[in-house]
Amino acid sequence: MRIVFYRLVAVFLPLTLLEILCREHVIKPLILPPPSRMLLGLWAVIANGAFNAAIVKTLANVGLAIVLAVVVGIAAGAAIHRSRPLRTLLEPLFSTYYAIPIYAFYPLFIVVFGLGDTPQVLIGFMLAVVSMIVSTLAGLDSVPAVLGKTARVMQLGAVETVRSVTMPYAAPYLFTGVKLAIAYAFIGVIGAEFIMSGTGLGYEIRFAYDNLDNDVMYPLILLILLIAVAVNMSLDHWDRALRSRRERG
Amino acid sequence: MPRCNTNFGKWALVVRQPPIHVSLRGVTKEYESKLGRTHALGPIDIDLRRSEFFAAVGPSGCGKSTLLDVIAALVPPSAGLVTFEGQPIGNTVPDGIGVVFQENACFPWLNVADNITFGLRRQPVERSEVERRLQDALQLMGLQDFARAFPAQLSGGMRQRVCIARTLLMQPRLILLDEPFGALDQQTRLLMGDELLRIWRATGATVLLITHALDEAAMLADRVAVMSARPGKILEVIETGWPRERDSQIVSVPEFGAITARLWTLLRAQSMQALRPEPV
Repeated sequence: MRIVFYRLVAVFLPLTLLEILCREHVIKPLILPPPSRMLLGLWAVIANGAFNAAIVKTLANVGLAIVLAVVVGIAAGAAIHRSRPLRTLLEPLFSTYYAIPIYAFYPLFIVVFGLGDTPQVLIGFMLAVVSMIVSTLAGLDSVPAVLGKTARVMQLGAVETVRSVTMPYAAPYLFTGVKLAIAYAFIGVIGAEFIMSGTGLGYEIRFAYDNLDNDVMYPLILLILLIAVAVNMSLDHWDRALRSRRERG
Repeated sequence: MPRCNTNFGKWALVVRQPPIHVSLRGVTKEYESKLGRTHALGPIDIDLRRSEFFAAVGPSGCGKSTLLDVIAALVPPSAGLVTFEGQPIGNTVPDGIGVVFQENACFPWLNVADNITFGLRRQPVERSEVERRLQDALQLMGLQDFARAFPAQLSGGMRQRVCIARTLLMQPRLILLDEPFGALDQQTRLLMGDELLRIWRATGATVLLITHALDEAAMLADRVAVMSARPGKILEVIETGWPRERDSQIVSVPEFGAITARLWTLLRAQSMQALRPEPV
């Protein structure tokens, strides 16, 4: 219970300080409104429904990027795990992958795929998929050879071995991959909406910024923050539950 | 000693020796590696009699575990023939063979009961039968109070008991044990040895124990095969002559010391050879 208290203090103390600094005009309202005003603004933004389409569109694109990254990432990770030459070829590339500024390809994607949702989903997918591949590889590498032998002694087929032995053993690693994929997909899609898009939360935040509309910009930033924190905390909770069975001593 | 009566009409025979359960003829195993071809095992010619407790000892790296893998069809032999119950062993582990490995082979995401029933639940066996066999196995292995515990909550010895119980649940006729007590302390190993003897008597299965511990082999086995340094060959098979009803207290009888000494005499030179660095 004490740790929860300290966590709440760690969150609310800076917020209270920020509130005081904003209200005392130490920080100008044009730069940053008080957090309480942001919260009220968020309520207003949600209540009036003007941004519902943007929220739905962004979340749908993020969801699509996540699903694609997880499915392709697990399949590619499993294929690379099985093929030594493929692994020798690709593994060094994974470690340098995140040094590549993916957004630099965005204009190219627009030229190829047009101004629709595809370039944004593709950016989210490209950022997310490699973390899923790397986590899948780490998970499959972690499966002890003795469990494979045990599956053979129990006369399990290849599919049943993957379903009942390999995947459950690698699950914590895969889960880490999913967590990273979700984070990267959010970054990719919302970032892409910022740069060049006509809809979505990223676009709405940039539009509000261009018009100095702090009553919309900050509540929307807060909304993204809350969604990201809520998703991450839920995943962390499941992750802990998954690991606690295996690690409790 | 069990008998095998083979009726050939008036030429009735009474064969006192139990039938051959597992047979290896000219079995060898070679591996390809970056360093070239490695001759790991054989040629091996041995027979395991039905319901006997057979142990194989040898220096490190002599191919003891490879021998077990070949018998279990986990690794194909490079040459030779392995038969189990008269049938040649192919590429898949035959029905009736159970293996307990040295490493922890518990599934960490399953509790003890689910670990033990893992294999049986995938067989066409009634739920009630699975439950009955589970309760028997828990009782036999002293795990009744830990059915809902997860492997991470158990000691090394208890995890190994879970793996043994999982193997027993499948009611194997041949149990292959690959240094199952290798990671356990001496007292636990002696007690686990007692449990193993009890299980062996209760099930009537043939047991092949691979071990580097001479005292373990001398205490548990009816016959002990002594293997040479790599490539592992059978140097000698020693009959211990123990009664079927026995336990770890057998270590206090003078014959036990004599058998262990004989094993060590055979193994000493081989173990020294195994320790020598290999020519590059």
